[in-house]
Amino acid sequence: MSVMDLLNALTAFANFVLIPATAYGAQLALGALGVTLVYGVLRFSNVAHGDTMAFGTMVTILLTWALQESGVTLGSLPTALLALPAGIVVTAALVLGTDRLVYRFYRARRVRPVVFVIVSVGVMFVMNGLVRFIIGPGDQRFADGERFIVSAREFRDWSGLREGLALKTSQAITVVTAILVVVLLFWFLKRTRMGKSMRAYSDNEDLALLSGIDPNRVVAVTWIILAALATVAGVLYGLDKSFKPFTYFQLLLPIFASAIVGGLGSPPGAIAGGFLIAFSEVTVTYAWKKVLVYLLPDPLEPTALVQLLSTDYKFAVSFLILTAVLLIRPTGIFAGRAE
Amino acid sequence: MSAPMRNILLFALVLGLIVATGFYRSPNVALGILNMGLISAIMAAGLNIQWGYAGLFNVGIMGFVALGGLATVLVSMPPVPEAWGAGGPRVALALSVGAAVIALAVFLWNRLPAGPPRAVATAAVLLGGFFLYRAIFDPAVLAIEKVNPSSTGYLGGLDLPVIVAWPIGGMAAAGAAWLIGKTALGLRSDYLAIATLGIAEIIIAVLKNEEWLSRGVKNVNGIPRPVPYEIDLQRSPEFIEWASILGLDPVTASSLFVKLGYTVLFVAVLLTVIWLSERALNSPWGRMMRAIRDNEMAASAMGKNVSARHLQVFILGSAICGLAGAMMTSLDGLLAPTGYQPLRFTFLIWVMVIVGGSGNNFGAVLGGFLIWYLWVEVEPLGLLLVDILTAGLADGNWLKEHLRQSAAHMRLLTMGLIMLLMLRFSPRGLIPER
Repeated sequence: MSVMDLLNALTAFANFVLIPATAYGAQLALGALGVTLVYGVLRFSNVAHGDTMAFGTMVTILLTWALQESGVTLGSLPTALLALPAGIVVTAALVLGTDRLVYRFYRARRVRPVVFVIVSVGVMFVMNGLVRFIIGPGDQRFADGERFIVSAREFRDWSGLREGLALKTSQAITVVTAILVVVLLFWFLKRTRMGKSMRAYSDNEDLALLSGIDPNRVVAVTWIILAALATVAGVLYGLDKSFKPFTYFQLLLPIFASAIVGGLGSPPGAIAGGFLIAFSEVTVTYAWKKVLVYLLPDPLEPTALVQLLSTDYKFAVSFLILTAVLLIRPTGIFAGRAE
Repeated sequence: MSAPMRNILLFALVLGLIVATGFYRSPNVALGILNMGLISAIMAAGLNIQWGYAGLFNVGIMGFVALGGLATVLVSMPPVPEAWGAGGPRVALALSVGAAVIALAVFLWNRLPAGPPRAVATAAVLLGGFFLYRAIFDPAVLAIEKVNPSSTGYLGGLDLPVIVAWPIGGMAAAGAAWLIGKTALGLRSDYLAIATLGIAEIIIAVLKNEEWLSRGVKNVNGIPRPVPYEIDLQRSPEFIEWASILGLDPVTASSLFVKLGYTVLFVAVLLTVIWLSERALNSPWGRMMRAIRDNEMAASAMGKNVSARHLQVFILGSAICGLAGAMMTSLDGLLAPTGYQPLRFTFLIWVMVIVGGSGNNFGAVLGGFLIWYLWVEVEPLGLLLVDILTAGLADGNWLKEHLRQSAAHMRLLTMGLIMLLMLRFSPRGLIPER
């Protein structure tokens, strides 16, 4: 094995595993943060999360199309970034309206958490129907601007390696945006008065109420943050892959797996869980032949694809990790509040 | 109005709706709705045992239904001898190796003292075992899938009568439920939900991916029927004579006859399931289940084995869903893994139970019929509504066209609204628990 082989192997690894899994992990982490926040403050598992993501993305897509029609673009960046804030506002209005019309009634009655979960199934149906009604069930592409920051060919020409390394604009934007959002969220939760009230409310509702925290404001702010997280996660996923309502519904499973693995109710846990699930999914379903041909001596070179599981089984991966973590450490990696 | 009177009226109303479909659409459509309504009612009864009796939050119904469908194929399709010759024994060997590896891993995990060595040993056994399994398994699968891929390419089934598949479908679902229940039932309700959701997706992934077993996305069609074929009826002189007495043409009569045949079978199964469920609910066992549901702590203080009862009820409910799944596949005559959608096969069943009345078997059955009727009929009604609302717009107007195309998605919206309104204003359902 020469240095060249090692570099080729590393490049292939980065191109097919490291970069895609990092972007996917950031998307899952943002989704899981939303789930974990609702769980922490409102105390239920929100089944409608995937469809909230789909709704926010749909609004952003419609606005993006309108902007593109009128000739407004962001140059080499996707126009969707310009439409994103408005998408968040509309989604926030939707979830606040849902809370007012649906959830508040049950909160006032202090029903068991499982009733909230069932109610969120109803909300999921409505949101799912709404999205399909407005934009249809099909695939939508809305990414524009430069597709690549570094394309595989440019990298090959520059480095002289056999393997190419591509960095899509959407992947870079995903990671940068995710970092910004997470920093902002943690600053908000740790430093601002409102964030502190939210954490207090999450830790002990009665005590928080005694100290004069207004529960309605805490709940409203939680929903607004959730709308922002869901819309950002959804738009980033859609830019990176494509938008299809059913795919977003299915994201529920890896997102919940991330939140539970990290520890429900724990924001750092949601981030760790998101990356753990994303990296496992990608490594287990990647055909390692491309990397191994460079690393192994000729007689040992694999002839098969060396793919542990076919990509159809990616849900199985989230699920197996979930089971393993729950068996070993039932509260998740960062002990969440779930007992 | 007394409660029994009200319930009879509700059932009459829903059956009246279905009968009315027979007049304004066609008797064939009405019988189609009735047959799927019967299957939906059985699924709802299965979920009702889990949620209504015991408060278990199962959102993996789709998986159990699909297992029932798989059982139908494995029991009733003719075997493919060339495929068996090409790789049958080897697949069997691979699967037993896989099972042995998992058993060994579980054994090590339980017997070794806790700590890093245990984790490493178990992981090593699992990983090594996985590669061994794939080394045996992969060539066999390739050989099987190479046998006549356009018409078979799988091992086929046992060529038994398709009715046999129904209880076997139930048992397959029960087996899966036992495995899931053993690992997930001890956890909190949210975790059980996500675990069942995941397992259901995995079962569908297996059906789509393991072509040697289920032909995957190539589908299995022509599954044998428990009732005669239309074409045979149309050829039989006796049947033609019988049809002419009723004043029907042979084609319509044969299709009605076949559907009615299914109806009779399904009604028999539904009545058996409901009778058994009612007996169980009104026995000491049923009272214990409700006691556990309402206060786990108190029930366990009274010496009731809560986790064993939960496992039991989880298995029973899932078995009923598997049974219904097997019935559905033999009604369709087709196993199409891509047809299993969680909104349709898991969450719609939830709507049925919530609307009908959780904890009451008759409520679940009523919900099954009503919601299935609405699921089918909302689409044409939605289209009608769109046409009325947009009557003022010219044909070809973009809004009108868009709304017409989207009318099909009204059903999800409607189901959600029905569920939310029911939960808000009548949370105990149409026929509440007694």
